[in-house]
Amino acid sequence: MPLPTRYPRSPMAWVTAAMLASLVVLALAGPLLWGAAADRPDPSAVLQGPSAAHPFGTDSLGRDLLARVLTATRPSLLLALAATAIGAGTGILLGASTAVVGRRTRRLLAGLINLLLAFPALLVAMFLAVVFGAGAGGATLALAVAGVPGFARLAQTLAAAVAGTDHLASARVLGLRRHRLLWRHVLPNIAEPLLLSATTAAGTSLVALSGLSFLGLGVQPPGYDWGQLLNQGLDRIYAQPLPALAPGLAILYAALTFQLLGEVLAGGVARRGPAPRAPRQPVAPSGPAEDGLVLQVEGLSVELPTPDGVIRPVRGVGLSLRPGEIVGLVGESGSGKSLTALAIADLLPERALVSHRTLRLLGADLGAMTPAQREHHLATGLAMVFQNPATALNPSLRIATQLTETVRAHRGASRAQALAEASDALRRVALPPALLRARPLQLSGGQRQRVMIASGLMVRPGLIIADEPTTALDVTVQRQITRLLSEIRRDTSAAVLFISHDVALVGEFCERVLVMYAGTIVETLPADRLATGTRHPYTRALVESVPDLTADRDRPLPTVEGALPEPLAPAPGCPFEPRCPRRRDHCAEETPPLEDLDAVHRVACWYPVAAEVVAS
Amino acid sequence: MTALQLTGLTVRHHGPRGPVAAVDGVSLEIPPGTTLGLVGESGSGKSSLARAIVGLTPVHGGRVLLDGREVRARTVGDRRRLGRLVQIVLQDPDTALDPRMTVRQTLGEAATAFHRLDRQARAERVTALLELVGLNPRFADRLPRQLSGGQRQRVAVARALAVEPGLLIADEITSALDVSVQASVLNTIRGLQRRLGLSMLFIGHNLPAVCYVSDAVAVMRHGRIVETAPTEALLRDPRHPYTRTLLASVPSLRTSLPDERPS
Repeated sequence: MPLPTRYPRSPMAWVTAAMLASLVVLALAGPLLWGAAADRPDPSAVLQGPSAAHPFGTDSLGRDLLARVLTATRPSLLLALAATAIGAGTGILLGASTAVVGRRTRRLLAGLINLLLAFPALLVAMFLAVVFGAGAGGATLALAVAGVPGFARLAQTLAAAVAGTDHLASARVLGLRRHRLLWRHVLPNIAEPLLLSATTAAGTSLVALSGLSFLGLGVQPPGYDWGQLLNQGLDRIYAQPLPALAPGLAILYAALTFQLLGEVLAGGVARRGPAPRAPRQPVAPSGPAEDGLVLQVEGLSVELPTPDGVIRPVRGVGLSLRPGEIVGLVGESGSGKSLTALAIADLLPERALVSHRTLRLLGADLGAMTPAQREHHLATGLAMVFQNPATALNPSLRIATQLTETVRAHRGASRAQALAEASDALRRVALPPALLRARPLQLSGGQRQRVMIASGLMVRPGLIIADEPTTALDVTVQRQITRLLSEIRRDTSAAVLFISHDVALVGEFCERVLVMYAGTIVETLPADRLATGTRHPYTRALVESVPDLTADRDRPLPTVEGALPEPLAPAPGCPFEPRCPRRRDHCAEETPPLEDLDAVHRVACWYPVAAEVVAS
Repeated sequence: MTALQLTGLTVRHHGPRGPVAAVDGVSLEIPPGTTLGLVGESGSGKSSLARAIVGLTPVHGGRVLLDGREVRARTVGDRRRLGRLVQIVLQDPDTALDPRMTVRQTLGEAATAFHRLDRQARAERVTALLELVGLNPRFADRLPRQLSGGQRQRVAVARALAVEPGLLIADEITSALDVSVQASVLNTIRGLQRRLGLSMLFIGHNLPAVCYVSDAVAVMRHGRIVETAPTEALLRDPRHPYTRTLLASVPSLRTSLPDERPS
């Protein structure tokens, strides 16, 4: 659990900590310091108003009310905490056990929890308090029971998420006993939100318990808590308000403390990410435009602040696309290929810092535009297709709405015209226009990805960036999508930047391939050279590690040993040097630049692999 | 080494319009010490089949025989008997390991699921398991979030092997991994299989990866097995049209498609 002390900047955390400390000190020291005074009757000072000797006045037996309010802190808090602990404990066990019991028992428990939730908690508490008999024990127990259903439902919901994970399935297959599954695998993973809500519930219990005491169902004289004191003071509230107000304020103060504590803890959990930082990119005009390029990027870098420091996942990337060209961008996860695409599309989170020498889309300089202009230019010139078609579409909107909103917003097209264009777009991705009335859930993964592409086509983009568009799809569907992209490119002369970790797929249907490693482009080459003509040791290892249908099953597959360099502390020199079989001293000292080998082939390596002679 | 035999296995799920047969009368056989690959698209019922064998999903018809004896997973006792024989490694490296447990705790728990081990023996077992799957023993005290996806999948394999099962089911274990990481996990699986003489059911949708580790391959579609053949025979001479479609869809650097790449 993160403690408020981890967030010294939040004044709320300090206030809450001070309030909590005051309550703890009072609960510990109160009865010792003022316990005697609180119980000492004084027949000469009965029912007095506030005075110097008795700041809050005295009660019907002449006992000092200030001392009684202070002393009552301990029983009030203890009873509230006990009620919460019993209620939360029982509820959590009941709810969490639904994740580990058999199906029949689970259904039974879920039904029971639903049934219990149907009764209003406070009514149940009052009813039970009467049944159990007036008294501190009865009231606490009644409140505890009334709190069970709420915690049971919360724990049930949280545990259901854990129950669906692979690790719980594995633990079950290991034959672990149910109590072990519960204690070791379910409870620790749901403890955090439950603790937060228990903290808030303690405040509610305190108020409810005081209410029961006030009604005469809780603590009985000669015992007393704040609710009791409130009850006794209320008889003469018009004559002397303070004897009633003081215990009331005490209840309010304690309840507020628990609520604030819950808020601060929850805020701490939510804020665990890196602190936001929003330096907007300075407007910087790009270098000279090259004719006939759809996309021209030079020196693109991205910096991301993380909790451990600033990382640079993209470092000086340059790429350019001509109309009607399909270019593949290949790399492992973490190589920065998706961030490159997001940086071009201006879709990175606020805290990311993007810098570039040149960034032109369809000849227009994105770097010199205002944010509004840039947004308009990107929305009409660029289409993005993302990896997961399941989440890329809004599940509650019909396909027609999602396809037409961009053109209606950016070109001011009429509804009828936009719908006609949407049917055309669907036809182009080989879907029947009848699908316009469907919702995303009614479509298969492949259909959704086609809808995403259709949605991109609606703006007649000059560039389509497809970020792992087929990774979530089956191989046969993958083939259909890549074929579709090729056709679109041919028919509309849009350029396609196809991002993937699958070097075989990229090599098969792209014309040119850019290989990315640790934030830099290490090789660019024509796709037909991938199989045998790669020159960078990384590209070669990547290609060889792909199993082929003809792979010799008795020999191990070649692998790229080691891992991507640590992004926090990049070493000088070539980023691939630690994993490279051909490294020499020079590699660790100086980063190789991306240099031309011939007109179409560039490589960033001091000692490139010799080109193989293609056996044909 | 454990032999698996399925006869007419049927698993139904609740669909929006009544029960749907995810696995529809599947019969399969894995002779001891061999690997059967199971390929098919998502929704073809591969995972339901795997989960039914280990008792994570109820079986609605047919039989599961391990070494000729029928298995059930009704009670915890049944499940423990089953768990000694069969273990499963699942797809998602993100949730494969309990995020609150170190690698040592995870493997230690699995190693002591059926045997009592003292502290010393447990530590040795954890080290041995990590070495078995090609991980450095110093990973033992890391939490899952400090490991990469490929490393997490190796730990998951080590956890499954900790109880020394006769049959290992690998359900899409490399699907969420990069191609370069996939190769090293496949090598590990292939090595383990030879060294330990495991029987294995290797499930995936990536045909080259499945073929690389399997002695025989079964092709599944719409809950049914459409073709089963030894790997070489299946690649050389696929009989079912669907198998041919699958084979033709595999991207390959060595065979280019002239109709898709303009000159």
